[in-house]
Amino acid sequence: MKIVVCIKQVPATNEAKIDPLTKRIVREGLKAVMNPFDAYAVEEAIRLKEKCGAEVIVISMGPEKAQRCLREAVSLGADRAVLLSDRAFGGSDTWATSYVLSKAIEKIGQVDLVICGKQAVDGDTAQVGPGIAAHLDFAQATFVMKVEKVDRRHIRVQRMRENGYDVCDIKLPAVITVVKDINMPRVPTLKGRLASDEIDIPIWRPEDIKADIEKIGLDGSPTRVVKTQPPKARSRKTIRIEGSPQECAKQLAQRLREEDSISGANI
Amino acid sequence: MRITNLNEKLQYEDVWVVAEMLLDKIHPVTYELLGAARALADYGASRVGVIVLCSKEPENPTDLFAFGADKVIIVTNPQLKGFLDETEAEIIIRLIEKYKPEIVLGAASSRGRALIPRIAVKANCGLTADCTELGIDFESGDLLQTRPAFGGNIMAIIRSPNHRPQMATVRPGVMKSITPDYSRKGEIIYEKAKLNNQAAFKRIIESITKEENAVNLTQAQIIIAGGRGVKGAEGFDLLRELAAKTGGAVGASRAAVDSGWIPYEHQIGQTGQTVQTGTYIACGISGQIQHLVGMQSSALIIAIDKNPDTPMMQMADIAVVGDLFEIIPALVREI
Ligand SMILES: Cc1cc2nc3c(=O)[nH]c(=O)nc-3n(C[C@H](O)[C@H](O)[C@H](O)COP(=O)(O)OP(=O)(O)OC[C@H]3O[C@@H](n4cnc5c(N)ncnc54)[C@H](O)[C@@H]3O)c2cc1C
Ligand SMILES: Nc1ncnc2c1ncn2[C@@H]1O[C@H](COP(=O)(O)O)[C@@H](O)[C@H]1O
Repeated sequence: MKIVVCIKQVPATNEAKIDPLTKRIVREGLKAVMNPFDAYAVEEAIRLKEKCGAEVIVISMGPEKAQRCLREAVSLGADRAVLLSDRAFGGSDTWATSYVLSKAIEKIGQVDLVICGKQAVDGDTAQVGPGIAAHLDFAQATFVMKVEKVDRRHIRVQRMRENGYDVCDIKLPAVITVVKDINMPRVPTLKGRLASDEIDIPIWRPEDIKADIEKIGLDGSPTRVVKTQPPKARSRKTIRIEGSPQECAKQLAQRLREEDSISGANI
Repeated sequence: MRITNLNEKLQYEDVWVVAEMLLDKIHPVTYELLGAARALADYGASRVGVIVLCSKEPENPTDLFAFGADKVIIVTNPQLKGFLDETEAEIIIRLIEKYKPEIVLGAASSRGRALIPRIAVKANCGLTADCTELGIDFESGDLLQTRPAFGGNIMAIIRSPNHRPQMATVRPGVMKSITPDYSRKGEIIYEKAKLNNQAAFKRIIESITKEENAVNLTQAQIIIAGGRGVKGAEGFDLLRELAAKTGGAVGASRAAVDSGWIPYEHQIGQTGQTVQTGTYIACGISGQIQHLVGMQSSALIIAIDKNPDTPMMQMADIAVVGDLFEIIPALVREI
């Protein structure tokens, strides 16, 4: 079995501070890390490899420094890594990104399963996974919370819904996207770390994956960001309520009524 | 598809809504999407269509007219009972090719977030996820789509000038439905589903529905969320009581979920769900950044915490200082 895991490098939110005026997170100067959901994707791939034998290839599209995330995945047990990096890829939206990743998956060849994170925490779109499936005409299952079993032709997964989950058999090749609930990622071993230091990570450019230049980058992307702006600030001053529990509850209940918060009450 | 000249662009006209179906019933978010679609169509003097895919004829499809639709396209097929992403995408792509809508809106639900991107890629058009505002650009007539990125820290305005249709998803609870007018009339069109070998992609073995989640987080107008300060599963019973009294849903921080006090479906934040609710009551949640990004766009934020200096207490509109085990029962009595 051949499994490809798609990893995105995103800004780390861990050390982010809140701007006291706008009450929003300050984004500047954040470190780059592996998208948290992708760690679960990597872990699931390695578990499948341990259970039924597989080759795990991790890929990422991004700047050269995105190598770091790929090495991290190798230290955890991925066999190979490929970086898709080129000026021409820059500015790709989810359509173009999923196109580039799908072309890389085609080049890798004979891929049975593609695993993506549920969503990337910077863009928050959750569109790239199903996008890859569409480009390749693979079956798909999103928000997977459990892989029940895999055979040569199918994978049985539990896919999360708002009010429960579906158990489905998906024909391979397929793309799945995973949620945090699916597993508990391991930490790298010393041996893994050494392997990841030594591994050679090839960089693929558009011509290497036979990407149509008209479908990549800013020009190949159907969507354009016209402008970005800060959201409306939470400019309300914080009202502090203190006192005895009864007093606090009374004041809070009154506020809730004023704000019309409990109009939906089912009492 | 990619548009190369104005004539091609003008062939695309209507504003469509992909109905959110839940076991052959029309989900309420569909009416919210219809409200948004109606406003866009009125602006551009075009019509609103709704696509309904179901295994058997839905009840009251004419309600859709009351909520703003001009036409309803219904595709019924026994295979469309559960959610088959691949099959539904193929059907809708064929309908898009046939009718050429200018705009297609879908719900940013777990189903919509799987289905709509598959359609957008195959129909070769742009898609903007989780829009909070939709409008029409006065000059170009293009759809202007506003969406939060980075957990709501930045708003991006997005346009798709050279591709049609223009597609967007919207979270439940973000758009408003119009006041229904049951005298409004429209046209129902039945289309056949030609299912080639589509069903071979996926077979749904069973669908488990959890009652507890009947009020789901993305739709609730009020969320009572608990963190490590709730101290255990019994603490969440307290929050459930308050939720029941206020008609709300129960959310949780990752610390509470990881401790096994409440299932993952309730987790809010970077690795859980993002919510944008009317009132968010954080009980014993310190408000680490990964939690804040999942709820900071809520209209009113209330924090209850012993410690007055947590990030959550600083960001809150109303910060109640005290022991949640005393305040919440008192609050339940007050409401
Ligand atoms: C990659 C990554 C992803 C993450 N994703 C998420 C996510 O999606 N969602 C999420 O929530 N977290 C997430 N986290 C974890 C996050 O960093 C915090 O650890 C977590 O949110 C803390 O949860 P908490 O506020 O419940 O616990 P704590 O930080 O321990 O806060 C508990 C609070 O309860 C108060 N308290 C205690 N007893 C009482 C009482 N009797 N009455 C009143 N108040 C009381 C305390 O004063 C304290 O403020 C993530 C972390 C990482 C690294
Ligand atoms: N540039 C990228 N390189 C590799 N994988 C990506 C990239 N962008 C997105 N992905 C994958 O797609 C998932 C969803 O991302 P998104 O659609 O951007 O929210 C991520 O969790 C990754 O698995």
